[in-house]
Amino acid sequence: MTDPAQHPTPAVQVTDLSVDLGGRLVLRGVDLQIRQGEVVAVLGTNGSGKSTLIRTVVGLLPAARGEVRLFGQPVPRFRQWQRVGYVPQRITAAGGVPATVQEVVSSGLLSRRRLFRPLKAADRQAAEHALELVDMADRRKDGVAELSGGQQQRVLIARALVSDPDLLILDEPTAGVDLASQAIFADAIRERVAGGSTVVMVSHDLGPMDALIDRSVVLRRGRIVYDGPPHASQTHAHVHPHSADDEPGWLS
Amino acid sequence: MFQLEFMQRALIAGLLTGLSAPAIGTYLVQRRLSLMGDGIGHIAITGVALGLLTGTAPVLTAVLVAIAGATAIELVRARGKASGDVALALLFYGGIAGGVLLIGLAGQGAATLNTYLFGSLTTVSQSDLYVVVGLAVTVLVVAIGLGPQLFAVCQDEEFARVTGLRVQLLNLLIAVMAAVTVTVAMRTVGLLLVSALMVVPVATAQQVTRSFRSTFITACAIGVTACVAGIITSYNANVAPGATIVVLALAGFVVAAVVGTLLRRRHAVSAPLADEEPEVDIPEPAPHVVSSAHAHAHNPACGHPKVEHDDHVDYVHDGHLHAAHGDHWDEH
Repeated sequence: MTDPAQHPTPAVQVTDLSVDLGGRLVLRGVDLQIRQGEVVAVLGTNGSGKSTLIRTVVGLLPAARGEVRLFGQPVPRFRQWQRVGYVPQRITAAGGVPATVQEVVSSGLLSRRRLFRPLKAADRQAAEHALELVDMADRRKDGVAELSGGQQQRVLIARALVSDPDLLILDEPTAGVDLASQAIFADAIRERVAGGSTVVMVSHDLGPMDALIDRSVVLRRGRIVYDGPPHASQTHAHVHPHSADDEPGWLS
Repeated sequence: MFQLEFMQRALIAGLLTGLSAPAIGTYLVQRRLSLMGDGIGHIAITGVALGLLTGTAPVLTAVLVAIAGATAIELVRARGKASGDVALALLFYGGIAGGVLLIGLAGQGAATLNTYLFGSLTTVSQSDLYVVVGLAVTVLVVAIGLGPQLFAVCQDEEFARVTGLRVQLLNLLIAVMAAVTVTVAMRTVGLLLVSALMVVPVATAQQVTRSFRSTFITACAIGVTACVAGIITSYNANVAPGATIVVLALAGFVVAAVVGTLLRRRHAVSAPLADEEPEVDIPEPAPHVVSSAHAHAHNPACGHPKVEHDDHVDYVHDGHLHAAHGDHWDEH
């Protein structure tokens, strides 16, 4: 892990964050600080607010109260999006019109591409490299709709990696993905981590990513109930049958 | 035929319509908003009627009303509420009813209305042509020049936002371009069939293409062919150009669908599905971690929060979970 003193600005700083989704408070007073170079898993059951937390961090949802800062800048004013790679939670990478793997991956370069400019050779190379990382280079001309779910998810990861981000945010990257694909992108992420990237991933089930995690954060009913080394939490976060009298927030 | 001045104008208008309608249509189809053009076409009828009523050029009033309508549609859509669907229906039918009513007030009959609904070769005036050329060129420059950005927004809106694109602005741009295209196509295909020219060439192209880029180019080529062929046929057979163009485009779709199915079948035979699920070992269970030097013995009354875990109880201790295991404590 990178020395925190070397990077005084945290990659992600969440302060007293509350998020309101359709009148329901999904996150309540969440505080979270992620240093640069850390690999953090956000765990919790369905409806615990983990995806909401991630989506607020990348600015897709507005904060009802509190603040999110990326690399020291409040998210609404944050402009260095080329430093962030985001893999949304989704079932398919296909739209209403066919698109090739290469086209989808190249759309990850837009954060650093100017308007009305064609793709440069360096951009093409970056796309190629990202596809190699997820072992999809031989499928670059194929339509994304023809790929399996795991392969589509690998394409989405390549799209996030192509801009060479300092902070990689993945929402359920392993959901519904075959083990072979999971192992491939665990390798791709390991390579990023070795290069000093910060990784935040939301998961139900970490699978082969397990070994990469430095720290886990467990959410329950919109609050952080555990924040610490991974071993103590991993098996608990999703297996635990909690009873109703189990007070939310008893650890925070 | 090609010496006739009105035919030259009609062909130029048709050529530009054939290019711009599928160009913007590709983005609409990709966003799964195929019927948006139809809705804008309905609203534009009110614009045409306003022009006829006030004695202004109908092309100008139509483009203004269509842009206003498209903006309204986009704002309703972006809010994503369930009532949005109903709001759109109100907007569409309000547009067509208002248009017919106003045209009646303007003292124009069904014949005039028909030329706007289904197109008419003889009505493309010199000034109309200038407006049409200007608008069509603008649409094409935006659709091609901002292609990568528009592609990203239509492909995955959320991802596009996280790359820092101004998604709302680009969405609005697509809506406005669709409105402009509707007006461009008004004199050749007509307002009721314009949406067909935005969608059918794209659907046709998809039958044989794999990439977005080739779909875009093929759709534009199909659009131009259908428009020019439709206008020539319409002149010879003396029928409304809009209907001819759309019927030709649909015939093209049927041919492409058959060819596409045959091609895919051949491809499937030559390249059987790869076995993508290699054998993978079942992952090891979590390692047994013994809490080192844990002197404290938990018991139900020790004050540490308790958590039931399957067949035993864990105790929360300084952020760790401890479970009794024989004579020691495990980290869980």
